Amino acid sequence: MPGLKKTWRNFGLNNKDFMQYLELIKNLTFVQWTFYFLSIMSLFGALGTILSKNPIHSVVYLILTFFTLSGIYLLLNAQFLAAVNIIVYAGAIMVLFLFVLMFLNLKKESNELSQNSMLISAAIAGGLLGLILIVAIKKAETIRVNYNDFDSKTGLIETLGKVLFNNYMLPFELVSVLFLVAMSGAVLLAKREKGDSHF
Amino acid sequence: MDTVLIVKAIIVIAIFAISMLMALYETYAERVIAAFIQDRVGPDRAGPFGLLQPLADGGKLFFKEDFIPTKADKWLFILGPAVAMSTALLSSAVIPFGDTIIVAGQKIDVQGMDVNIGILWIFGIVSLGVYGILIGGWASNNKYSLYGAIRAASQTISYELAMGISLLAIILMTGSLSVKSIVLGQHGIDWNIFYQPMGFLLFLTCSLAECNRTPFDLPESENELVAGYHTEYGSMKMGLYLFSEYVNMFISSAVLASLYLGGFNYPGMDFVYSKLVGSFGEVTGHNLATALGTLTLFLKIFFFIFLFMWIRWTLPRFRYDQLMNVAWKWMMPVAIVNLIITAAAELSGKPLLYNWVGLAIFGAIYFGLFPIFKKKTVSAN
Repeated sequence: MPGLKKTWRNFGLNNKDFMQYLELIKNLTFVQWTFYFLSIMSLFGALGTILSKNPIHSVVYLILTFFTLSGIYLLLNAQFLAAVNIIVYAGAIMVLFLFVLMFLNLKKESNELSQNSMLISAAIAGGLLGLILIVAIKKAETIRVNYNDFDSKTGLIETLGKVLFNNYMLPFELVSVLFLVAMSGAVLLAKREKGDSHF
Repeated sequence: MDTVLIVKAIIVIAIFAISMLMALYETYAERVIAAFIQDRVGPDRAGPFGLLQPLADGGKLFFKEDFIPTKADKWLFILGPAVAMSTALLSSAVIPFGDTIIVAGQKIDVQGMDVNIGILWIFGIVSLGVYGILIGGWASNNKYSLYGAIRAASQTISYELAMGISLLAIILMTGSLSVKSIVLGQHGIDWNIFYQPMGFLLFLTCSLAECNRTPFDLPESENELVAGYHTEYGSMKMGLYLFSEYVNMFISSAVLASLYLGGFNYPGMDFVYSKLVGSFGEVTGHNLATALGTLTLFLKIFFFIFLFMWIRWTLPRFRYDQLMNVAWKWMMPVAIVNLIITAAAELSGKPLLYNWVGLAIFGAIYFGLFPIFKKKTVSAN
């Protein structure tokens, strides 16, 4: 790979760095290969979601992202979370998304991105969000897991169920009430007929 | 470890090959059964009894021109059948096709993988199955295809709910999400269908709907939508769509057999097992008993496949509003009632008795008391 070496030198890296890099790649375990593959695929899907012009393509890319995220959950041995992520997000919400998008006539390209004010406000909003995320990650206390005494069954459904129904019983029930309220609210708003009172 | 891995690989490849072979001969069986029901001869030209007909069909599909319409979205047009076929094949991974086999002193499951979320895996893959139809139907850039795709989406979403709730009753009874432990919990003739007669009917109806089989084949209803979502498809791309339907049928028959009809369990299996072990020795006897269990499972699967085809050639198609009413106003409430009855019966300690008592009470209320109130509401309107 002489051409590649040259490119590396252009970035100010010498031959030794390159060989070290190659050595690093060679020593990757199977799990690490899987992780990097899934990460690259999910980033690809996420970028595709925001960069593609056609909304249907965006949804398909987003499904790819959900899939690879589920793969990463599986690597963390959180099987239930992976399955529920696929069922709820990829299986139900995205189907409804596609369903609604197909009804819309989106042949015309949206011209919102050509307006300067829209671009500037989008850039500011996105930058602020990125800033908050970076600060949050920097400030967060990351607890390094000790591999030797870590319970590998932490992410399994049996453990999850016990934790949810013992320690977090009230929040769990409240969330279900919240869902019920949201659902009946949506029905109430959508079924408003002529002559009904406005809220 | 190595032998385990090799045997596991062989099992996985065998499951894959069997699902393909089953799908191939389901097309033949469909024609033979249709011919029998309609008093025709059916396929009898290719080979003895027309047994080579699926190969002839496959050859025809492969050699036809593979075209993509000019205005179609090229990549999604190709992606559609691929997604349909791969999602159809994925769910067979968690179905236990037999108990264990002993190779080189180690017990190996006759199953792709025994994960503790097995049934959720099937459910997730089933809910993804609609993407093949949705993407293909939209990418064709044809209004009939789009109608088919939209119908498929709304139908799958609606029927998934009743399916999930009737599954919950099974999970409640077994206390596990692993398909293997659900099957092992139905030892002998202790099958779930006796505890869950209503759940079984609901699940059967929902799996008909999820497979897009008649009477739920609205996505491709040929007298309204030309051919529905695959109107623009030809050659092997259409072949893959049709093929994925048959693979889905095989898989959902296997799931139905495992969840409700006891999978590889059959009455008197302990007696047969002890006899086999007694006459052939520990290892060979155990493997033979497992083979017998697999055979039983396949008999159940054949029964369900026949049932699916029988329904297809007997019942007319639902109208669209009927389809939605059945799903939302009838099946979902009944599934919730079934779940409540099951929960109460499990708490009572005698699930078999109290499931039937609960169902009888529900039937009495529904058929006895409900019509009286119903008449009143109709007259009030």
